[in-house]
Amino acid sequence: MRSFRSTTAALAGAAIASFTFLAPGTAQAWEPTKPVTFIIPAGTGGGADQMARFIQGVIAKHNLMSQPLVVLNKGGGAGAEGFLEVKKNAGDPHTIIITLSNLFTTPLATGVPFNWKEMTPVSMMALDQFVLWVNSSAKEKTAGEYIATVKAGDDKTMKMGGTGSKQEDQIITAALERVTAPKKFTYIPYKGGGEVATQLVGGHINSTVNNPIEAVSHWKSGALRPLCIFDGERSTYKEKVTADMAWSDIPTCKEAGVDVEYQMLRGIFMSPGVKPEETAYYVDLLKKVRETPDWKEFMEKGAFNQKSISGDEFKTWLDKAEKLHYDLMKEAGFLAPGK
Amino acid sequence: MEEIASLMHGFSVAATPFNLLLMVTGIILGVIIGVLPGLGGANGVAILLPLTFTMPPTSAIIMLSCIYWGALFGGAITSILFNIPGEPWSVATTFDGHPMARQGRADEALTAAFTSSFVGALVAVIMITFLAPLVAKFALKFGPAEFFAVFFLTFASFVGMSRGSPMKVVASMSLGFILGAIGLDQMTGTLRLTFGFTELLNGFDFLIAVIGLFGIGEILSSIEDGLKFQGAHAKLRLGAVFTTWGKLAKLWMTSVRSCLVGCWMGITPGGATPASFMSYGLAKRFSRNGDNFGKGEIEGVVAPETAAHAAGTSALLPMITLGIPGSPTAAVLLGGLMIWGLQPGPMLFVEQKEFVWGLIASMYLGNIVGLIIVLTCVPLFAAILRVPFSIIAPIILVVCAIGAYTVNNAMFDVWMMLVFGIVGYLFNRLDYPLAPLVLAIVLGDKAEEGFRQALLGSQGGLGVFFSNWLVGSIMMLGLVLLFWPVFGWLKERLAGTPSSERAS
Repeated sequence: MRSFRSTTAALAGAAIASFTFLAPGTAQAWEPTKPVTFIIPAGTGGGADQMARFIQGVIAKHNLMSQPLVVLNKGGGAGAEGFLEVKKNAGDPHTIIITLSNLFTTPLATGVPFNWKEMTPVSMMALDQFVLWVNSSAKEKTAGEYIATVKAGDDKTMKMGGTGSKQEDQIITAALERVTAPKKFTYIPYKGGGEVATQLVGGHINSTVNNPIEAVSHWKSGALRPLCIFDGERSTYKEKVTADMAWSDIPTCKEAGVDVEYQMLRGIFMSPGVKPEETAYYVDLLKKVRETPDWKEFMEKGAFNQKSISGDEFKTWLDKAEKLHYDLMKEAGFLAPGK
Repeated sequence: MEEIASLMHGFSVAATPFNLLLMVTGIILGVIIGVLPGLGGANGVAILLPLTFTMPPTSAIIMLSCIYWGALFGGAITSILFNIPGEPWSVATTFDGHPMARQGRADEALTAAFTSSFVGALVAVIMITFLAPLVAKFALKFGPAEFFAVFFLTFASFVGMSRGSPMKVVASMSLGFILGAIGLDQMTGTLRLTFGFTELLNGFDFLIAVIGLFGIGEILSSIEDGLKFQGAHAKLRLGAVFTTWGKLAKLWMTSVRSCLVGCWMGITPGGATPASFMSYGLAKRFSRNGDNFGKGEIEGVVAPETAAHAAGTSALLPMITLGIPGSPTAAVLLGGLMIWGLQPGPMLFVEQKEFVWGLIASMYLGNIVGLIIVLTCVPLFAAILRVPFSIIAPIILVVCAIGAYTVNNAMFDVWMMLVFGIVGYLFNRLDYPLAPLVLAIVLGDKAEEGFRQALLGSQGGLGVFFSNWLVGSIMMLGLVLLFWPVFGWLKERLAGTPSSERAS
């Protein structure tokens, strides 16, 4: 009996201890007190826009937030408009922003004054892949043959289409020119990834570095052919997309002899000068989003690399990525005067 | 006919009581959204998108596309009553629609606009039903050079077909090109003409220019004319719908031509805005009453509305089959497709038959439901003009200011709207046309983009604009239209007619 009583006492004690331990935590936990604005530093219909609206949809469907999340496109000046807005609202916990590579490229290329360090990093949601695509009527079957064609042809005859100017697609093209040197590409900028893919199907350009989600439908229909993926390792998605190929069957560019790697950040930031518990709220919220089955399905459809980190680890990653963009853009001559 | 069987199946999917209820709700919401300038279809669909996540995809797209139809109908209401086009393709509707309202024929203009948009959309849907695969292939032929050619043709038809001095048109258009160039240069990724103001990063949104130039400019002019709307004496004629239909039947030629222009521009995919302007220009050229255009000619409402809606509807086709959005609204809808787990693109027709045919069937039903709803409200809308100016003008001003603010959530835009209002007033008084300015703001940067993309591809050779029959013939047509006034002038000279006589 005695032992039983002591056990109960110990249990009760433990319970009380855990309560007292938890109590300050719940009292301090922050929650939004008014609608949260979710800024997209890009226009409607692009990859960032799709992801942001998807996150909004998942949060609404699973009731993950007590306050509504309002999505707002502020894509002016290659996203500068949105980033400046977040930078300006220092200490405001009710504004978050989704980022793409223009977090690094826009200030470097246009000279608009902002930097990721002037915002608060929350979480990396995923990394978006890039794939080298050609029209399926092209004679090149591998990345090696593709590079050989560029090298053998006249200078600037290979037309590479991409989204925007001095942004990720053109940076990858510039990196490819290291391999094809001294031959260069003619880079043709378009407004959005969907348009780029269609122009390749129509044969108006020779190749693209579209994100998987932008080109997958044309791959399925047999109009486009993937040559290689710009990642260190092959994709992990093994389910067949076409009759005989899965994302994991696309070789990395490196194993095909083209040593170029590039992935794009899909991350969430908030205003500068916010309190740690406010950031913690969003880290937790986004973690819940990533745990839903809807999110997993979305990731697979777009063949995303599901790497996701927060806190100091994220900051270290950002530091490195910024350096990488600076080096690539400097080499290609894309930097604004004075950068 | 496999298509007919599929379509019938589509109707069975779309025409459930729940879906019909969603259609009516969607149309009413859409009309409200369309009437408020600034809160265009794209914003409306974006705001309501999350509501639809819990519905089945087919019901969701039915509701959202009905909002889209409703907004299209709603846009015509403000264009005609207050000279405020809510969307780029409603601009041409104001040219004759608003003068009609000022003459007390608002009900007639509204009926004409609604009926024409219904006819345009219906013809386009029929085309989608039977020609979808064929048409999708044609759209792929369009590269940068072809896009430029289409925009060039639109600009040229405007210069060549204008009523006033061609030089004034060119001047007004050039000002539009300059305003359109402000912001980020898509081709080089650097900023142009922003002079270090972060407010100018985004350039001038079309809506702010239009709300100011047309809406505020109109109010300033009305104040000068004596503080009243000239349409106030309009009688409420309940039979107006039917008498107008009688007039419309006689304009079948214009309708057919406008449908052709609209469908062609929609699938190419030049879009609804060039379609409406081009169709207006052609109607003016070929109509027996061409000289009355701009003074309240019913044909001037029929032509742009028919073409804009034929184009807007056929523009949904590239979205479904190719995954490229033809308009901002279509882009948001495209995002919606992804959330419901559907991948837009060529495979959608194969993998999601039920969804695609449900959508197409809902286009038929949504348009019919929409037409009935808006037509029954015509007397109600027309009655708005009977409200005294001193009450309605401040309301319009507030709605305009809210509209301008909503575009980018920036106070700066409200000030810009007022500046544009003064510009609009001055243009009116000095007899400079506003339409070319607006057209250049809307299409200027797209034309520039196509031009420079084409030249990048051809390494700077201008031959690319005549490199195949498609681009070559569009360019030739554009050049002919551009120099039309010169031909006319030459003809006069050769015939020896004194030009003063001709001008009267």
